[in-house]
Amino acid sequence: MTEEIIIAGFGGQGVLSMGKILAYSGIMQEQEVSWMPSYGPEMRGGTANVTVILSDERISSPILTEYDTAIILNQQSLDKFEKAVKPGGLLIYDGNGISHHPERKDIRIFRVDAADEAGKMGLAKIFNMIVLGGYLKVNPVVELDNVIKGLKKSLPQRYHHMIPDNEKAIMRGIEIIYPVKGS
Amino acid sequence: MGELKLMKGNEAIAEAAIRAGVDAYFGYPITPQSEVIEYLMAEKPYETTGMVVLQAESEIAAINMVYGAAASGKKVMTSSSSPGISLKQEGISYMAGAELPCLIANVVRGGPGLGTIQPSQADYFQATKGGGHGDYHLIVLAPASVQEMADFVSKGFDLAFKYRAPVMILSDGLIGQMMEKVILSEHTPRWTDEEIIKISPWATTGKPATRERNIITSLDLDSYRQEQHNIHLQKKYKEIRENEVEYEEYMCEDAEYLYVAYGSSARIAQKAIQLGRDKGIKAGLLRPITLYPFPSEAIRRLSQQVKGILSLELSAGQMIEDIRLSVDCQMKVEHFGRMGGVIHSPAEALQALEEKIIGG
Repeated sequence: MTEEIIIAGFGGQGVLSMGKILAYSGIMQEQEVSWMPSYGPEMRGGTANVTVILSDERISSPILTEYDTAIILNQQSLDKFEKAVKPGGLLIYDGNGISHHPERKDIRIFRVDAADEAGKMGLAKIFNMIVLGGYLKVNPVVELDNVIKGLKKSLPQRYHHMIPDNEKAIMRGIEIIYPVKGS
Repeated sequence: MGELKLMKGNEAIAEAAIRAGVDAYFGYPITPQSEVIEYLMAEKPYETTGMVVLQAESEIAAINMVYGAAASGKKVMTSSSSPGISLKQEGISYMAGAELPCLIANVVRGGPGLGTIQPSQADYFQATKGGGHGDYHLIVLAPASVQEMADFVSKGFDLAFKYRAPVMILSDGLIGQMMEKVILSEHTPRWTDEEIIKISPWATTGKPATRERNIITSLDLDSYRQEQHNIHLQKKYKEIRENEVEYEEYMCEDAEYLYVAYGSSARIAQKAIQLGRDKGIKAGLLRPITLYPFPSEAIRRLSQQVKGILSLELSAGQMIEDIRLSVDCQMKVEHFGRMGGVIHSPAEALQALEEKIIGG
């Protein structure tokens, strides 16, 4: 099994850390992983994205142009990466701030309104974990136990008290994600 | 088995340096390799192993600090990215001349000039053909994974001390910035003063009554002695070429076409080969692990088997010259590569093979 994922949004939305937690979760289940961020000026105030690959085999290129899954958190990233999902692949997006919704018919599209939900929960910081929960519902590439282990590994000790909130956010994401009709 | 971690390539170099018992790191920050010094400053090895970590006032200061510490037989290293490495070239040439072991990591970015901060492989000529002035070579190692970023630190020091020569790790912004899992080796203690005297009897460790002074210099105004010194250096490079070549073959057994690529481009080539095999194109990869010495024999051998060779580099085509020399220009060797910080995709790499080698 190889899962090639792009996560894209604004800098500060937790795009890179979501990727890191996924990568750690992959390690917890003894997979090969790679995490390749876009780095440089484009991150400052613009879009940030990270390519994460989880695989049972040695990973070749950490840079890709087509993905099994795109997790999209803003309009610019949707415009850029909707077309980069492989036919039959998966696109998950947060509807917040999206005016041109995805239109492809040959991929599976799901929506998770994580920004709104994080606001309601009063936990803006764990917005990305709601998205991650949604992804794991649709495509359980990593087991929840391993995500929690991954969280422990990737978060510094001083943030470990926030793990229960992260877990709650993941569970909420699992509940609120829904398929977009027609895709 | 050592400790398993998820790390950036740059962090892996830094952690591996602490674990390899390195005595000192002197550097100056520059993207895309600043995590090396950031990681060292955060880990504070000066409080544990006693390793010195110092941000110098410039790249030139840093390389001359390396010169001084290396002269006393210490395990010492620096790292930088392309423009910073250019600044260090005077010091590197001096160290090659004075036969000082050290490790230099270049996490290459696009050039020329200040260029860009994105990945590139356009420093191949500089790294493998000398770089500074005079007749010399560095031993050049090209990691293609975060694991190799870690492993090549102690490997680099082994070679540096074996041959009394500066060693360069030539990587790029992609390998430096990406995270992969890495198995870290156990801690090796730093050498004691007694060990240093034994390992490097040439070092300036203080003159006892029992021997002559040890002098470290690259200057000798007597041309005949300087020529003898050059002959000695050339003999050393020949020995390196005969003994230290390393490479990896990927899907070469039945290959009809061959990619030659190192570092990040080697990773991209592997994916291109997989995509090609889905379409029935049998391609393989020869990945030089040492760029100097260059795996010419292996390329010559594979050239008997394949119909053409594509050199895949993030540059205008530099390594291609060594490939063409390896096959005495007797077969079709073409180049493909994006420049200035743009990274070629696996699909582009496959298309280039189809157009330039198979169809061309």
